[in-house]
Amino acid sequence: MNTVWLSSNLSWIAELTFAHLWLTVVPTALGLVLALPLGWWAHQVPRLYGFIVGSSGLFYTVPSLAFFVLLPGIIGTRILDPLNVVIALTVYTIALMVRVVADGLASIPPETVQAAEAMGYRAFQRFVLVQLPVAVPVILGGLRVAVVSNISIVTMAAIIGVQQLGSLFTQGYSLGLMTPIVTGIVLCLAIAVVLDLLILWASRALTPWRPKEVAA
Amino acid sequence: MSGLVEFFADPANWSGSTGIPMRVWYHLMYSLIALGIALVIAVPLGIYVGHTGRGEASVAGIANSLRALPTLGLLIVVVMLAAPLFSSSLVFTAPAILVLVLLAVPPILTGTYTGIQSADRSAVDAARGMGYKPSQVLLHVQLPCALPLIISGIRGAMLQIVSTATVAAYVSLNGLGRYIIDGRANSDFGQMAAGAALVALVALALELAFLLIGRLVVSPGLRRSVRRTRMPGAVEPAA
Repeated sequence: MNTVWLSSNLSWIAELTFAHLWLTVVPTALGLVLALPLGWWAHQVPRLYGFIVGSSGLFYTVPSLAFFVLLPGIIGTRILDPLNVVIALTVYTIALMVRVVADGLASIPPETVQAAEAMGYRAFQRFVLVQLPVAVPVILGGLRVAVVSNISIVTMAAIIGVQQLGSLFTQGYSLGLMTPIVTGIVLCLAIAVVLDLLILWASRALTPWRPKEVAA
Repeated sequence: MSGLVEFFADPANWSGSTGIPMRVWYHLMYSLIALGIALVIAVPLGIYVGHTGRGEASVAGIANSLRALPTLGLLIVVVMLAAPLFSSSLVFTAPAILVLVLLAVPPILTGTYTGIQSADRSAVDAARGMGYKPSQVLLHVQLPCALPLIISGIRGAMLQIVSTATVAAYVSLNGLGRYIIDGRANSDFGQMAAGAALVALVALALELAFLLIGRLVVSPGLRRSVRRTRMPGAVEPAA
């Protein structure tokens, strides 16, 4: 490890880490929020399941670097605008989560839903107060996959020049220096572990009725 | 967007070593070589793990941690470490393909062993009851039943490869990613967008090809039940 490089770049590294966190968390949260109604819709209308899940999944086919480059042409942003990254990752998260939400809702025992209906819950109340909480472990399980892969996808944006931890990789490559690259990889993995644990913790906190071991 | 149209309209971009057909060809060739190597490694290993149940936890653990490993970082590290080991003509190509293989193995492996494990128990028991040897059960029952998940694993791997092969242009791999990297270097947005559009088209075409292959090779009796029991993690996200 080149400690001279490390100590003289500490504040830049901190900046990049913060940018990376922001570029990961915002699209993941946005994607989850947008996937909830879509997944609900796909679950509610079985005829549309294939169409909704299939067509949103198609976006996952588009390689991330291509997505980052194509978005400015479609929505008129600048190529360096971090907004491109946020939008692309939001779309990826939706693509992944719509199916998870629909399948999570489908995994709820029908008696639970019927009981809510019999107690007079309207469709929206039933969704928010009964179906969603019961499906939390499945949905957040999917979100763990989404957030971890998003962290990796964000680094690709370094190629077109959007600053985040991936910039350490391109920097290291052009300097022929291993230290920035290893630092970037370690920080990416650290963020992945922290966010993964946070979601796991949230999943447990949101479902206090579940036995402790099962949540893992 | 006008630059994009201009790029496609220019006949110079349709011929020669930097032309679109040649770059599509390189992109597909590298992707298929990597996929072929990954298949040779992952399918037998997946069959072994799925059939014997040995090493399942470590395989799943490795697959998960590889997902968190940033592809771009991995690519650059491997190229920097491995480049001195190869002769000049392969100096960038071989390490890049190595990374593509590395990324393609986990989804195929996972698809294969979960597919074999999730083969209908009663079908396996019935085959055993009819006097099938373990190898026959594997070949005539478990593998055909596992095909949908194996194919979905291969599809995930293929997408991951095509996507990463694009990024690998950064470490000098030939292919469609070159348009994005070179366009970026020359601030030529038309070229970048054209490269991106071509990559997206290639990825979509491969996705459709795999859907077709799935239709052709998966037994019709399996399709309905598979849709219901499909594993949530079966399709690996392409980065």
